[in-house]
Amino acid sequence: MKLTGAKILIQTLIEQGVTDVFGYPGGQVINIYDALYEYKDKINHILTAHEQGASHAADGYSRATGKVGVCIATSGPGATNLVTGIATAMLDSIPMVAITGNVPCSLIGKDSFQEIDITGVTLPITKHNYFVNKIEDLADTLREAFLVAKSGRPGPVLVDIPKDVQVATYEYEPKPAVEKTPLPKVDEKTIDEAVRLIAEAKRPYIYIGGGAAGLGLGEEIEAFAKKIDGVIGCSFMGLSAIPTKNDRFLGMQGMHGHYASSMSQNESDLILAVGVRFSDRATGNVAKFAKQSKIIQLDPDCAEINKNVRVDLGIVGDVADSFRRIAKKCADKSNPEWLARVRVLREEERAFEEQIAKENTAPLTPKQVFETINAEKPEGTIIATDVGQHQMWAAQYIEFDKPRTIVSSGGLGTMGFGLGASIGAYTATKKPTLLVTGDGSFGMNLNELATAVTYKIPVVIVLLNNGVLGMVRQWQTLFFGKRYSNTVLDRKTDFVALAKAFGADAYLAETPVEFKKALKTAFTAGKPVVIDTRIDKDEMVLPMLPPGGAISDIITKV
Amino acid sequence: MENNFIIAVYVENKSGVLTRVTGMFTRRGFNIDTLTVGETERKEYSRITICMRGDAYAKEQLVNQLKKLVVVKKVEVLEDEPIKRELMLIKVNNDSANRSEIMTAVDVFRASVIDYSPESMCIEVTGNPSKIDAFVKLMQPFGILEMCRTGVVALDRGTETLFSK
Repeated sequence: MKLTGAKILIQTLIEQGVTDVFGYPGGQVINIYDALYEYKDKINHILTAHEQGASHAADGYSRATGKVGVCIATSGPGATNLVTGIATAMLDSIPMVAITGNVPCSLIGKDSFQEIDITGVTLPITKHNYFVNKIEDLADTLREAFLVAKSGRPGPVLVDIPKDVQVATYEYEPKPAVEKTPLPKVDEKTIDEAVRLIAEAKRPYIYIGGGAAGLGLGEEIEAFAKKIDGVIGCSFMGLSAIPTKNDRFLGMQGMHGHYASSMSQNESDLILAVGVRFSDRATGNVAKFAKQSKIIQLDPDCAEINKNVRVDLGIVGDVADSFRRIAKKCADKSNPEWLARVRVLREEERAFEEQIAKENTAPLTPKQVFETINAEKPEGTIIATDVGQHQMWAAQYIEFDKPRTIVSSGGLGTMGFGLGASIGAYTATKKPTLLVTGDGSFGMNLNELATAVTYKIPVVIVLLNNGVLGMVRQWQTLFFGKRYSNTVLDRKTDFVALAKAFGADAYLAETPVEFKKALKTAFTAGKPVVIDTRIDKDEMVLPMLPPGGAISDIITKV
Repeated sequence: MENNFIIAVYVENKSGVLTRVTGMFTRRGFNIDTLTVGETERKEYSRITICMRGDAYAKEQLVNQLKKLVVVKKVEVLEDEPIKRELMLIKVNNDSANRSEIMTAVDVFRASVIDYSPESMCIEVTGNPSKIDAFVKLMQPFGILEMCRTGVVALDRGTETLFSK
């Protein structure tokens, strides 16, 4: 059948299994929006307050489900407003397709109104991007965009469609949704080498990241840890793949990781790294990182092997397949000395955490906030966060019970990510969704409260309000002689009144009792609720590995 | 240890492809000595030849980062002394005092004079980059007015091709 480019776009999205899109209309996507009007029973469009919110929503949609998130924006400022969201998805390998309109081909290159070279702008922050200048290429380009976004190491893809291509008509034939391109299977010799290294290890540490989480390998990794009698730690991106309650799981390692997790990684004699890229925040000083450990790294991306740390065995290809074959070939093992040592480290961790908690006499502490969240959150609650101290506390304290229940910007560290992302995560899953944020991050994109209210998205927003940019303040306290340059937010924002003005419910909570009461109410409100909690401005995220430091530099008290 | 190496890359023959490749070099901080690009035996591909100086880490990363680009079809380091050629056009001062010395150099280097005027001449030299370097050095005393080098193109020796590897 002959259709306009705009309708071909929507038809192709539907054919690729897309049911929800996030976006904002404008002059150069008006035809796309006209087509959306026609297909509104098949494709649900969520109108955000700002294109950045749409990009984060598409990202959150993907993180919570593994599906490709889709966002739409007009040319020029609409497209540039997507940039932070696209970069956020890029750094965390999140599959996303961003659709932008552009001026007609005849006006391209003439600095026309709202014209921007968005494929040029997003070149280094997309996995790939396309400028479609011919209607006959449109459907196949979109299919390829979905294929690239989800195959191998996933990532964001942008498709820029000039207006004349949206208006032109062409023959459209539906095709089945694209299937991921299979990655090469790893040869048996490499698998055997991994099995040999694991067999020799007496102190194995399984280190998982976003790759393992994205492939849903959690349960198999738990079983494997039991089989080889090892422990599991994760990068920030690996959170929620393993339930926090698993007693072999030591939690996140790295700059603000759990003490026992970072220490045992450093003392291990073998690190089996599954879908994790050894970011600087995870390793600290690479020259001193896990020196006596042999490292086996499984990754779909050849460029990740030996990029940040030298590994003893790099296994590039189909990670799930390689892991399963290794797991199957490994014999059962017992490492009682290693587990005893890890127990000692966990005891040390518990002791200094208790000490910190005991010394803290504030009316409400972050730890109390998170313990209350853990007690009250329904099973499978998605925890979205913004970026800063609250994010690291969430990583440390939240008890994750199901995979894909963390929605947070790891690599790019995007403040203002959380609210849009939680709208996306809820839209995708309809599961209870809780956003932990800070007054700094929340201030960046709180306009999306309007979206949450309009679409009745019952996100529970726990605002850890300390009146400062806490993470930067922490660095200023520790490394800059308490010179608090521009981190004191001397704002007079009344978040409760503000939330109510948007049409959300809101409560102030200054004690654990008040917070618990507010939280219970919030989970049953059926609409967005903001809980403004007040915490002390000098709370710190501990432990902390100073940037560029080694494990021996770990700070456990101030 | 730093070494020179040559990398051959088959890319899709489409607009914007070179930007994707060079943009990646900039972003990842790779330093390139020369880069040439042109048509190949297959009309759907262009071939990029990159000369680079760096250690084993830089070489491995460059190759792997290239492989990740969607437009890149094949990447190969040309390891065993490939055939290397570069072309240079060089314009030098021409007067009765140096004319015969220049002509001797042209003769010995199997170069050719392609433009001649009483005050200057333009010479074309083809060969290994080291041969070109030597010719430039020889011309320096006479006064080089302008010069332009293509950068290196290279092919493996023997019947093997990049695609048959």
